[in-house]
Amino acid sequence: MLYRETGQFKTTYAADQAIFPIFQDRVFLFAIIAFAYIVIPLIASEYWLQAVLIPLLIFAIAAVGLNILTGYAGQLSLGTGAFMAVGAYSAYKLATGFPELNIIVVFILSGVSAALIGIIFGLPSLRIKGFYLAVATLAAQFFLIWMFNRVPWWYNYNSSGTIIAPPREVAGVMLTGPTATAETRYLLVLTFCILGGLLAKNLVRGRVGRHWMAIRDMDIAAEIIGIRLLPNKLLAFAISSFYCGVAGALLLFSYLGSAETEAFDIFVSFEVLFMIIIGGLGSILGAYLGAAFIWLLPIFLTNAPQLVGLSMPVDFQKHLEVMIFGSLIVVFLIFEPAGLARLWQIGKEKLRRWPFPY
Amino acid sequence: MNLKKLGLVLTAAAVGLPAVPVTAMAAGEVFIPLLVYRTGPYAPNGIPTANGIHDYIKLLNARDGGINGVKIVSEECETKYNTKLGVECYEKLKKKGAAGAAIINPYSTGITYQLIPKASVDKVPVHSMGYGRTAAGDGRVFKWAFTAPTSYWSQATAFIKYVGEQEGGLDKLKGKKITLIYHNSAYGKEPIPTLKVLSEKHGYNLNLLAVDHPGQEQKSTWLQVRRQKPDYIFMWGWGVMNQVAIKEAAAIKYPMDRFIGVWWSGSESDVRPAGEAAKGYKAATFHGVGSGYDVHQQILKTIYNGDVEAAKKNNWGEVLYNRGLVNMVYNTEAIRTAMGKYGNKPMTGEQVRWGMENLNLTQDKLTKLGFKDFMQAHRITCEDHEGGGPVIFQQWDGKQWKLVSKWYTPMYDIVRGLVEAEAAKYAKENNITPRDCSKEG
Repeated sequence: MLYRETGQFKTTYAADQAIFPIFQDRVFLFAIIAFAYIVIPLIASEYWLQAVLIPLLIFAIAAVGLNILTGYAGQLSLGTGAFMAVGAYSAYKLATGFPELNIIVVFILSGVSAALIGIIFGLPSLRIKGFYLAVATLAAQFFLIWMFNRVPWWYNYNSSGTIIAPPREVAGVMLTGPTATAETRYLLVLTFCILGGLLAKNLVRGRVGRHWMAIRDMDIAAEIIGIRLLPNKLLAFAISSFYCGVAGALLLFSYLGSAETEAFDIFVSFEVLFMIIIGGLGSILGAYLGAAFIWLLPIFLTNAPQLVGLSMPVDFQKHLEVMIFGSLIVVFLIFEPAGLARLWQIGKEKLRRWPFPY
Repeated sequence: MNLKKLGLVLTAAAVGLPAVPVTAMAAGEVFIPLLVYRTGPYAPNGIPTANGIHDYIKLLNARDGGINGVKIVSEECETKYNTKLGVECYEKLKKKGAAGAAIINPYSTGITYQLIPKASVDKVPVHSMGYGRTAAGDGRVFKWAFTAPTSYWSQATAFIKYVGEQEGGLDKLKGKKITLIYHNSAYGKEPIPTLKVLSEKHGYNLNLLAVDHPGQEQKSTWLQVRRQKPDYIFMWGWGVMNQVAIKEAAAIKYPMDRFIGVWWSGSESDVRPAGEAAKGYKAATFHGVGSGYDVHQQILKTIYNGDVEAAKKNNWGEVLYNRGLVNMVYNTEAIRTAMGKYGNKPMTGEQVRWGMENLNLTQDKLTKLGFKDFMQAHRITCEDHEGGGPVIFQQWDGKQWKLVSKWYTPMYDIVRGLVEAEAAKYAKENNITPRDCSKEG
């Protein structure tokens, strides 16, 4: 009743090609964005912003990046953590090497350097496919992390090997460093997240995205109809790594404040991969939903016993959390292998027929 | 269809669930948040530490009714020794309690690095006792961080002093081969600059061997040790890395009494898995070992009703348990010192910071608390948040740790120079103006 596109006639090509052709979708999206920009900074506590929402948005950016590569272009990658590390370490080197450089520019440049590294490690993708490619990207994960740990230039020769996000301001507002408020950090990350999502959504429904999907579905057929594999695959690696690089830089500057290579280890790669599998491969929305699921559910499970007034030892609670979380993932994949994005779609279908389903 | 519906409901639940942590704490109590790790790869180290901390808080509450009559409450948060979870725990706990978190003990060098910049904004003092960022000993730059009683760099100098004495004088170290086996992380890299400076001064050859996290795989490391045949091995390890290293050392028949661990590589869980082979292995520490001190008897009587078995089940008298006790002495006495200035009520982080900075643990006070001979008198000042406390060496005899040396004062002039240089570098990178301690009240 509420959600029905009947009567929404398209009179121009532009309207027909809009990202969200249905009026209600647009309203819903703008409402969410307005809520995220206006209401959340007003009502959320520092714990919520700093420990829950900021990392969630950062991982969502990385998940969008990986979904472009794995979900759309079909190239399985286990190097997400390493590409995030490239972003973080280049942002650190750029920010400390050129203190006058605008920090937003630093983030973008660190995304670009991650993209270049992504292209190099994407080169084998022309010859190796599937799980074998995953192993090749695993090499990126181990090599890059090893390099950041062993080459002191990357951490400015300090004794501990830790990189620290220096305080930087833009137009008089502290964006990074300990004195930046949780609200400004949140808004900065949110802006990157929304712009990144918008860009990705447009990319995947355009010519490039169609090339990627053709390659994913059958690369030989794609080649026969005239899609050049190498540039398209490398482009997927570059753009995916760009997203991961920006996410890594934000992880260091807006969330952690200081980091060592341990923050970008193989488990980060797995975590982001699980996000897109749970969320839905080949869906931008799925990347966001998956990130929310993987990041929020453990936090909820940690706090749930206290919410209902149960107090239990922390170790028992942690074990319980791991068990529940694991079984929920299994349950989800059994009931809906196509991920949360598919569930969302089913929900929308149902909503169209509500309240008179047939 | 029903399954799909269930799925839909679950999705809605997962996406939209607000999880607001509840605070249920009576007013008028001092709140000490505890970041612990009772699960994960480092749990064997995390559990005794946390138990020691708890038992001392319980003892104070039961024996003295808290600190000057103000009860202490604490809340645990599980970090799994993971920096991201550590930050989440810190954010969750920093505002709890009647007056907010009094002081925070991260129990991980990685988490300490994260918290130092945050804590100065939130006004919560960070106490990283014998770990964390050594440069934080310079209180003019690191106003909110404390490394008392002693740090990695002090310990490294104490190592050199100790082996120098074993050889019959520091001048005899010339040409000796010393190998450092370290955990390849911020923690493990800490002693390297100090050991390098000392190697130039005393002429020993320093070899560095890194072991990557978590440290189960050390075959190549020990192959190199075999080739190099070092005169001494120092180990900066943590968790599973320690026991693997000790087993490997035994396997190549390295003389165990020349293999010395940092104070985080010298707990029961490190040596027990190696069994008899670990006999003779040494480690540094900055407090007594065993359960023969007054405070242990008081804990046994007050908390466990004299039941030694129950107490031992809670790690009573183990190395890291004891370290938990020592840690809490610093914290609670800092709170007591702060109360001397601000009155007997729940202390805020800001007030406890002042208490930490003006903490003077005299021998008299320690005796009164039951810590006679257990730890050394110590003093923290505004300039010096470390104090260069003395280091002592313990040895594993196959069944228990025993103290085998005298107390060694670190070469604090050298350490202090390095600390100040590193702190100045940090201040410059982060636009901090070091404060003038002569103006502090």
